Amino acid sequence: MLTVLDILSVVLLAAATGLVFLYAPVEINMGLVQKVFYFHVACNWVGMLGFVASAAAGVAYLVTKNLKWDVIELAGVEIGMVFMVIGIITGSIWARPIWNTWWTWDPRLTTVTIMELAYAAYLMLRNGIDEPERRARFGAIYAIIAVLSVPLTFLSIRFFRTIHPVLIGSSDPSAQGAFDMSPKMLQTFMFSLVTFTLIFATLFWHRIRLGMLAERVELAKLKRGDQ
Amino acid sequence: MNQMAGNIFLEGTPDTSAYMIAGFAVIFGFMLVYVVSLAVRKRRLSREEEMLKELEEGEKK
Repeated sequence: MLTVLDILSVVLLAAATGLVFLYAPVEINMGLVQKVFYFHVACNWVGMLGFVASAAAGVAYLVTKNLKWDVIELAGVEIGMVFMVIGIITGSIWARPIWNTWWTWDPRLTTVTIMELAYAAYLMLRNGIDEPERRARFGAIYAIIAVLSVPLTFLSIRFFRTIHPVLIGSSDPSAQGAFDMSPKMLQTFMFSLVTFTLIFATLFWHRIRLGMLAERVELAKLKRGDQ
Repeated sequence: MNQMAGNIFLEGTPDTSAYMIAGFAVIFGFMLVYVVSLAVRKRRLSREEEMLKELEEGEKK
C-alpha cells in the first residue's frame, strides 16, 4: 500500500509540475514567478494539515494515554514545519519582484512566523524531556494550544489590513500581486492541492512508521538499561 | 526597479524567470532533503534495532 502511495505521489507531482509549466498560462502582470504560487499555497496547506493532525493526535493521546498518538503528533509537527518553511521561503521569493522586498511584517507573514516559531519551541520542549509519558503529555497539551496559530494565520489576511493577496474571497484594496484565476489556472491549482495532500499522506505514513521504529529502539535501550 | 512597477511603464510581461527557478529549486530541494533524511534515519534505526536484537540473543545463549 505504501509503495503504491509512493509511486502515485511521484507520478502526481510530475503531472502537477507539467500542468504548472505546460498547461497553466503565464500571468501577464507578474510573469513566470506567479507559477510558484501553485506549489506555495499547496505547501502551506500541507503545513497546516500537519499541525491540525498533530493537535488531533494530541487530543487522542490525552484521552487514551496510548503512546502511538504521541508518535503521530510528532510526525504531523515535523512535516508541518518542513512544508511551512518551504511556503515561507517561496513566498519571500515571490514577494521580491512583486512587492519589491523579500520580507515585510505584514499580518500574514507575522502570524506565519509566530506559528513556525511556536512549533520550533514544541520540538525544543520535547527534546528537553526524557521520560516518554511526561513528554507525550506535555507535547499533547502544547500541540492543542499551538494549533490556535493555524486559524489565526489563515484568517489574518481576511481580518487585518494587508498587502498579501486573498485567494478565496476578495483581497484587501491595498493587496499587491492579486490576480483573477483563469479556468486553466484554477484547474492547475486544484490539481496541485490534491497532489500535495497525497504527498502529505505518504510522508505522514512514512514518518509515523519511522517514529514507531524509533520508539521500539528507545524501549529496547531502556529495557537493557534496567537489566 | 520593482518588476511590476516597471511593467506600468514598459509594455509586456516582466521577466521574473530567475525568481521562478529559485522558487522551484527551494520546493524540490527541501522535499528531496526531507525524503533523504527520512531514509537515512530509518536505515540508522533499523541497524540499531538489529544490533540490539543480536545483543539480546547473544545474552540468552
